[in-house]
Amino acid sequence: MIETLVFYMFAAICVGSGVMVISSRNPVHSVLFLILAFFNASGLFVLAGAEYIAMLLIIVYVGAVAVLFLFVVMMLDITVVEIKQGFQSYLPIGGAVGLVFLGEIIAVGTSWTMAPTALGNVQAPANAGTSNAVALGHIIYTDYVYLFQAAGLVLLVAMIGAIVLTHRKRPEAKKQVIADQLARSAKESVEMKKVETGRGI
Amino acid sequence: MADIGHTIGLAHYLTVAALLFATGMFGIFLNRKNVIVILMSIELLLLAVNINLVAFSVQLDDLVGQVFTLFILTVAAAEAAIGLAILVVFFRARGSIAVKNISSLKG
Repeated sequence: MIETLVFYMFAAICVGSGVMVISSRNPVHSVLFLILAFFNASGLFVLAGAEYIAMLLIIVYVGAVAVLFLFVVMMLDITVVEIKQGFQSYLPIGGAVGLVFLGEIIAVGTSWTMAPTALGNVQAPANAGTSNAVALGHIIYTDYVYLFQAAGLVLLVAMIGAIVLTHRKRPEAKKQVIADQLARSAKESVEMKKVETGRGI
Repeated sequence: MADIGHTIGLAHYLTVAALLFATGMFGIFLNRKNVIVILMSIELLLLAVNINLVAFSVQLDDLVGQVFTLFILTVAAAEAAIGLAILVVFFRARGSIAVKNISSLKG
């Protein structure tokens, strides 16, 4: 009973904040609603028994991606008024595509059945004794270790790409050139002077 | 077959995911003014796909679905980073991120 109520709360807030993401005027509000949607989705995952993915969603999405979004939204100078025009002109095509999609989803959702052989294809059944994170770790680091490394590679490439894209050379900024420093000799940088005794320089 | 929860069926999760996916699609089509909102809509689409994967994974008692969710999260994070980097570079070059102005490559 309480589980059903909690599910409906998470689901309603998740979908509602998803709608607010695309409909709010201020991009900062959009990002904040995106964070709310992710929090509620991770609540749904906890309810389903996928705790590891739920924590990952909070750490990766709320902790990194959403903060990145917020950072970029606040860094770029976007005025609030210029956001909303063009909503009307794209409503027919967008509404048509959305309605076609919803109709297809409803058609599939009301008529599908699970294939009887689907249960025979289970690759990694969850053990009843272990927790979700332990069971996931067991198969990620054994069966899926190459894919796991590839995922790390994807993140590395994304990091390098983001740095390469946004890095800019500023000619007015002074930088240390080690080759020039090492090429200096004592002859051109140190000068011996005769100082008379008791006179000072 | 382990049911999701005790009272909440697979169909409930799939409905939430379908609604989120439709919301993300509407967001891509209707917000033609702001690229950042389109990127956020893509995040919503990926979140809907993740909900689908986790729901079926729990329903079929197969952890591979959650492993795939992990990889989708990775790709989504990479995509967000690259997309925002492109956005920042574009804003520096043009001074605006309105979708209307991104048409220099049009033939």
